[in-house]
Amino acid sequence: MEPVAMHISNGIINGPVAAVFAAFALAALVVCVLRGRRDLDDRLAPLAGLVAAFIFAVQMLNFPILTAGVSGHLMGGALAALLVGPWVGALCVAVVLVVQALVFGDGGVAMLGLNITNIALLGTAASYLLIALLLRVVPRTPAGLAATGFVAGLVSVVVAALGFVGQYWLGGTVDLGGNLAGLAGTMVGVHVLIGVGEGLITATTVVTVATVRPDLVYALRRQGPATAAAPAAGGVR
Amino acid sequence: MNRRLWTFIGGGLLVALVLAGVVSTYASAHPDGLESALREGCAVDADDTIVGGSCPATREEAHEIGGPLADYGLAGVRNDMLATGLSGVVGVLLTFAVGGGACWLLRRRDPTPAGTDPTPAGTGADPAVRPGRQAAGPVDPDSGD
Repeated sequence: MEPVAMHISNGIINGPVAAVFAAFALAALVVCVLRGRRDLDDRLAPLAGLVAAFIFAVQMLNFPILTAGVSGHLMGGALAALLVGPWVGALCVAVVLVVQALVFGDGGVAMLGLNITNIALLGTAASYLLIALLLRVVPRTPAGLAATGFVAGLVSVVVAALGFVGQYWLGGTVDLGGNLAGLAGTMVGVHVLIGVGEGLITATTVVTVATVRPDLVYALRRQGPATAAAPAAGGVR
Repeated sequence: MNRRLWTFIGGGLLVALVLAGVVSTYASAHPDGLESALREGCAVDADDTIVGGSCPATREEAHEIGGPLADYGLAGVRNDMLATGLSGVVGVLLTFAVGGGACWLLRRRDPTPAGTDPTPAGTGADPAVRPGRQAAGPVDPDSGD
């Protein structure tokens, strides 16, 4: 059976750059722990475990995309940010990546900082910024939440892909001969398609949770200030 | 602990177990977006194995650990579907335990757990009234841990 790897393997990015990103990721995760503790209570802690487990499961579900011979899979940053907030969300995705690297041989251990930076940190941060913005302007309906999840999911995947391009620019082990733009174009192109899948999964999941237990959706809980400042006519500004 | 919450957690875990344990065996085996981008410039055969050319993916090196669950398989289990499904089940339970366990240890503790109120009176704020605490019915029997 062909090895199934989803994350950056050893040898793709050189050691020094990988080490720098490992230090960066570690520092950022410490910040996530400190800030996330404010959100973590008896209710959010088990939910965070579920989010991590769910993301692990759905990451296994490689789906075909329009390009022949290429698959995509969930990254999960947007979903985690919606359900448990950006700080705990980033920690959930990081837990998935650590388990995958240490137990499932997916993503080099030396590359863990790179993978955490792209998927757990950049993906979650970008999507949460979008979520915070979009939930102020979209109507408070399942459709509005779905649209938010879709856009946040799509953008988070493209941002994570660009993170890898930046890392490859810094420390890629194959000299592309100035053709970094080619790698960037391929990465963005294919990840826009994967992002559509990510967006659909994110939207479906968050709307499902919001239907069953709206009180468990972090992004909906945190609408107090937004509601107070909400414009009379939502949607268009 | 809130029984409705644990019903939701249990239901969610069940969904995750079915996805990782069963649906995953039907997942696409083609390289993902990252892997395919790294293979640009190389020729691949029908089994997605690199057969020639020059591309970043040719520099891939072996994993440091590997282990019995490497590549979402299970050492000793020949049946690919069974191996993938079982490793998926292990992964779901493991990520739930690690993620949930870490967050449980990191969580905010209530400043005044029931029955051990250190300062019965004298503090300005009233810690008894806290939003989010459901004050309905008698104490849940399994609220210990």
